[in-house]
This record gives sequence, structure tokens and C-alpha cells, in this order.
Amino acid sequence: MKKLICFALASAGALLVLTAQDARIVVDRTQGRVPVIAIPDFRGSGDAQRFMVAFNETLNGDVNGSGLVKIVPKTSLPLFVPQQPSDFQQPGPPAAAAPVRGRTPQAAQQITQAANGGGHWMQDWSSPPAQANYLAFGYTAVQNGVFVLQGWLYDLSKGNPASAQLVAKRYLGSVDEPGARKVAHEFAADIVSLFGGQSLFGTHIYFSSNRTGKKEIWGMDPDGKNQRQITRYNSISTYPNLSPDGSKIAFTSWAKGQPAIFIFSVDPVRDLRYYNQTASVNQAGSFTPDGKQIVYASSAGNGICCRIFIANLDGTGFRPISSPSAIEVEPKVNPKTGADIVFTSGRSGPQQIYRMNMDGADVERLTPGIGEASNPSWHPDGQHIAFAWTQGYATGGFNIFTMTVATREYVQLTHGDGKNENPSWAPDGVHIVFAKTRGSSSQIYSMLANGTQLQQLTTSGQNERPVWGK
Amino acid sequence: MFSKRKLSTIVLAVSLAMFAVGCKKKVPAPPPPPPPRVVDAPPVVKPPAPTVAQFTAEPTTIQRGQSSTLRWEVSGNVTSVSIDQSIGTVQNTGNRRVTPSDSTTYTLTATGPGGTITGSATVNVAPPAPPPLPTQETPKVTIDQAIASAVQDAFFDYDKTDIRGDARDVLTRDAEALKKILSDFPGASIVVEGHCDERGSAEYNLGLGDRRSSAAKEFLTGLGVSADRLKTISYGKERPQCTEQNDACWQKNRRVHFAPGQ
Repeated sequence: MKKLICFALASAGALLVLTAQDARIVVDRTQGRVPVIAIPDFRGSGDAQRFMVAFNETLNGDVNGSGLVKIVPKTSLPLFVPQQPSDFQQPGPPAAAAPVRGRTPQAAQQITQAANGGGHWMQDWSSPPAQANYLAFGYTAVQNGVFVLQGWLYDLSKGNPASAQLVAKRYLGSVDEPGARKVAHEFAADIVSLFGGQSLFGTHIYFSSNRTGKKEIWGMDPDGKNQRQITRYNSISTYPNLSPDGSKIAFTSWAKGQPAIFIFSVDPVRDLRYYNQTASVNQAGSFTPDGKQIVYASSAGNGICCRIFIANLDGTGFRPISSPSAIEVEPKVNPKTGADIVFTSGRSGPQQIYRMNMDGADVERLTPGIGEASNPSWHPDGQHIAFAWTQGYATGGFNIFTMTVATREYVQLTHGDGKNENPSWAPDGVHIVFAKTRGSSSQIYSMLANGTQLQQLTTSGQNERPVWGK
Repeated sequence: MFSKRKLSTIVLAVSLAMFAVGCKKKVPAPPPPPPPRVVDAPPVVKPPAPTVAQFTAEPTTIQRGQSSTLRWEVSGNVTSVSIDQSIGTVQNTGNRRVTPSDSTTYTLTATGPGGTITGSATVNVAPPAPPPLPTQETPKVTIDQAIASAVQDAFFDYDKTDIRGDARDVLTRDAEALKKILSDFPGASIVVEGHCDERGSAEYNLGLGDRRSSAAKEFLTGLGVSADRLKTISYGKERPQCTEQNDACWQKNRRVHFAPGQ
């Protein structure tokens, strides 16, 4: 409860910053006016109550994490919580109380004050202290071995329950915590979509973790739940990238000696047997938008690491794209156009972000040459990137930035507090996952692409190099 | 010429001689002595003592745990024969296996009317041979030890792959050590590992580490180390040997390190 309040308060503060901050990058979708939503804790009947902590945490987390609405702090909510539409008293408060002697009805109406239905009236939720525009309510129960959520969302600006209803739906899940989280994710997705948001439920984050003692590739849900081990090489396996459809993962592993590229399917986990050309280094593979090729960095051919290469998914048909004398790594093909590549290069000195055509022509540097810049990641719109940059900080002091590629305008999202690197956009184009290293601990965080709504997703071991995909 | 004293001695001697001759007189003979008494006793015939004809140990020298055979033969008039060292009474002729744990002298004692006689035989016990040694391992150092003791890391500047002055000295010494190790371990290969500090991005560092290991390999082969037996692996910043965040630690991590090949 206390945690949720803090979370809600933090998000309220964060959104103030959000609206005030630079809005050039995709994020401020609320046009300055943030809808306020009341989400009282839902209760479950009988057995269902056991999973309601997980349910409420998930529902609040998803709605809040969308960055599209402000959630009313729990302490400001009325005491009576409706669980179904019939719990609202009909009619609501008298529209106009009988004029008290000596006072005009007009004067009485002008004073904003709390309604006094204690929660039984819709107006109790829209007037102070809650002052919500929307109310999510409902209940859960176990019915015929299924976890059932009856969920409603009301627009409180409407005068009566009959016209206020925006969502009224049954959601079904398994009778366990994952089932409760699933229905909460689905309900939250319906709510968020009303405000123009896209649910991240069902998307996946992959990352590298040493929690077993060695770096392996791991996967998890966007809220950090359901963490699962993908590789078991007992070597060093890291630098994952995901195919556009989310079915395959390319990563770099020392499992066979020298660093080489591996491609796995993720469900079921299976080695798709990528053929590595002979080289001391083959690394950092990422997929083309059609999912049919990968671009990567290799020392093949001239023996010097690394040029950018392109190859088929089985490793055949490889050919170099770039031909510098510098180290060039982390190629990422524009997911929208498939026509250009951003990458990291040391061709002008310390590593910087560059862009080039698929054939290697028209190379241009995107970052201004100050500090070191790396880890470019395309926004799904193909017009923005997120990246890590040491500008303004000591060597190695990376922070997350976003940039509009056409104009090279950039915005700084994190500000010190350790090292922040490896940003990756969520499929919704609004969230970013990244790795934060403080002292000797590296963990995965998500945030809104304006730097707010920071949420830690991992705690066990050292976790790094997240990538977010379908 | 004669002195008075001598003269008187002569006179006395002459007078005494005259007196003896002149005074001879006849006396009766004394009775004969009684004959000795005759005792009826057997004549004393002393028998001969027994003889130890043989008392030997065969063999006379054994290893501990082995046995030796004592052989003896006693002749003559014998009433008892015994051997010490807990053997006790034995026949006049015989043999006995003995297994002494230390060198032992056996004494045979034969007793007969004619006396007692002894003989001795010694069995020498040699100290045990040392147990066989396990198959001798070559007392040579392993290749890991050889590399660890003789081959040093070469260090690099931040974001640089060129061999700096101190690294040239180190690698020059390493070249000699590596040549020796490669000749001592004919089947072995050496991995030249390239490492970086944690500050650059991981993929970029992987490139940097690759170039560092390649540069070191090139330098070593220039000094005669066989290129075929040097294999480069870049670990980028994945395997730091020092995890603190300070200049000294970062410098330790910007290195080329040598390890035995697989």
C-alpha cells in the first residue's frame, strides 16, 4: 500500500517533469493535460483473494507505466469501494439541495467541495480529494476453476453509471499468481489503449545475466516477471538482439573459443546453427527488418576487427559493408526503411555513432565527436535512436540519450547516478529498457523515453545488455 | 802376591779335604719303604667330546621377510643338542628354516660325556628394498606454470592498440620464454588474450581486444615465435582481472595475457 502510494506520488511528480521537458521525441502524448484515474485496490472473493496483491500491483504498474495517466494516491480515495455498477447509489447526490434560507442555490453550487456519498456516488470519486476523471473498479473470483476478473472503467465526467461505462469486460486466467497477473495485464491494456497507449504485455526483454556464475542469455516479461534462462553454455554469452517478430535471438558467445555469433529460436529454445565464417571475432549480430539477414561485426577477411558485414540467417552469403581501418561495431538496420544502418565507429577517434546506407555509402557521423557514443538502438518509427554517450561526464560515464536522426537533435534521459547504457526501445516506442551500473552492481531498468517512470526489473546477479522486442 | 784372606781360604779347604778322607766309618742300611697300597679302581679312560661336523645357514644373507635354512650335524658321543634363539633342543642332525627379522647369530650347543661344544652360524638380514615408486611423473613444470612464471602481460593505453615502450620490453622477453615453452611442449599452442578496461562499450572493446592480441602476436612472430602456434582471442571487457573503478585497476585490465591453448 505504502509502496503504491509512493509509486503514485512519484509518477505524479514525474509527469509534471514530463510535460515541462523537451517534447521533441515522441513521448509527450498527453498534450499537456494528464487524465487522472482512480484505481482502488480490487478484492477477490474466496480463493481469488490470495492473488490480489499480485493483481493490484500489476494493474497499477501497467497503467502507471504507460505514462499516459496519473493515478490518484490511495490515501485520497473514498472509503467505500464499488465492486460492480450496482454498488453506485442511484440517483447520485441531489443535483441541487433545497435552497437554504438566506443563501442562493447558485452560491452553494459554486463551492467545490467533497461529495458526501463516501464512495457510493460517482461524484465522490470526481470531487476532492480524489478528483479523478476515470475510475477503474471490479472484482475477481474463482469460477469453475478459472480466475475471473469483472473489470469496469468509468468516465466520471458522465452524469450516471449507465453512460459512464468505457470498459465492462470479463477476463479469464488460471487460478494462480501468473493467471492473476495475466488478467491484470489484459485489463490494463484495455485501459491504456483508451488513452492511446499500447500494452507491453506479451512483449519480451532479453538480457545477459551472470546469476548462474557465468554470463548466459535470459528472458523476462516487461515488468521483470517470469525470468527464464535461455542459454546454458557455461561460458560467456551476451550482446543479444531480437528478430523483428520476436521469435529468434542473435547473440555473441565464447562457447567455442573465439567470440562467435549464435542464433537461437526462443520458444522453444533451439540452436538454429548459425555458420560463422573463419574469423577471430564475429559479434554483435542484429536482424534486418525482414528478419532474413543479420548485420554484424567481424574481423574476417583482413583479420582486423571489425568491419560491418551482412549475411543470411544461416551464416551463408556473407559480405562486408564497411571498409574502414577503424573498429566498427553494433550495426542496426533501420526497422522502418531497411535502407540504412546506424553503428558505432572509431574512424574519427573515440567511438561515435554513424549512419550509412545498406551498401556502405553516404557515411555520416550523427554524434558531434565529443566523448564516446555507443549502443545505438532504433525507435520503431525509424526516425529516432536511443544511445549511450559520455558527453558531459568522465570517460566511461555513459548516459542514455535519444536523437532525432534527421536533425541530430538529442535529449539526455539519464543524468549520472552510475553508468547508464545499452538502451533498447520497447515495441510501443514509448518505453526504453537499459542497464544501470552503480558501484559494482549492474541491473536492468525500464523507463519512459523521457527519463521518468524508472523501474528496476532485475536484482539477482549482474544483469546487462537488455533488448526489448515482441 | 796372594792376599792374606785368599791364602787362609785355601788352607781351610785343604784341611777340610783331609778330614773327610781320614774319618770314613761303616753304618747299617735303612729298611726299604713299604710298597704302595694297591687300589682296585678301573683304569681312567677319558671319552672324546662331541664334534660339530656342520652348522651352517644357507643362505647366509637374506632380505627381511625371507628365510634361511640352518643345517647341522653333530657327531660323537652326544647327549643333547640345542640351538638358541628360541629354537631349543634339536636332533643331532637336522635343518630348520628361520626367518629372523634382523641379523642373528645362532649358537648350537652339543653336550656329551666328553664335554660340551658349540658352533655358530649367522644369518645376515639386509634392510628391505624400498617399495617400488609409482610411475615417475616428469618432474617438469606444466605449461600453465611455465607460462605463469616466465611470460608476462603487456599493457596498453586507453583506446590504443599499439605496443608501447614498456610492452616492447616485456614482449621481447616473452618471445624468448615462449620459444622455450613451445619447444618444451611440442604439441602445445599459446592463446594471446586481448583485454580492455570497462569504460568503453562492450562490442567496441571486443574489437580493441582483438587488435591488441593481434598486435602482440605480430610483434612476437617478428621475434621468431611460431605464428602457427599463437592463437588470438579477444575477451573485450568480459574478463577483467581487476574490478575496482580506478586508474590502477583499469590499467591492469588493458593488457595482453598469455594462456595455454586448448
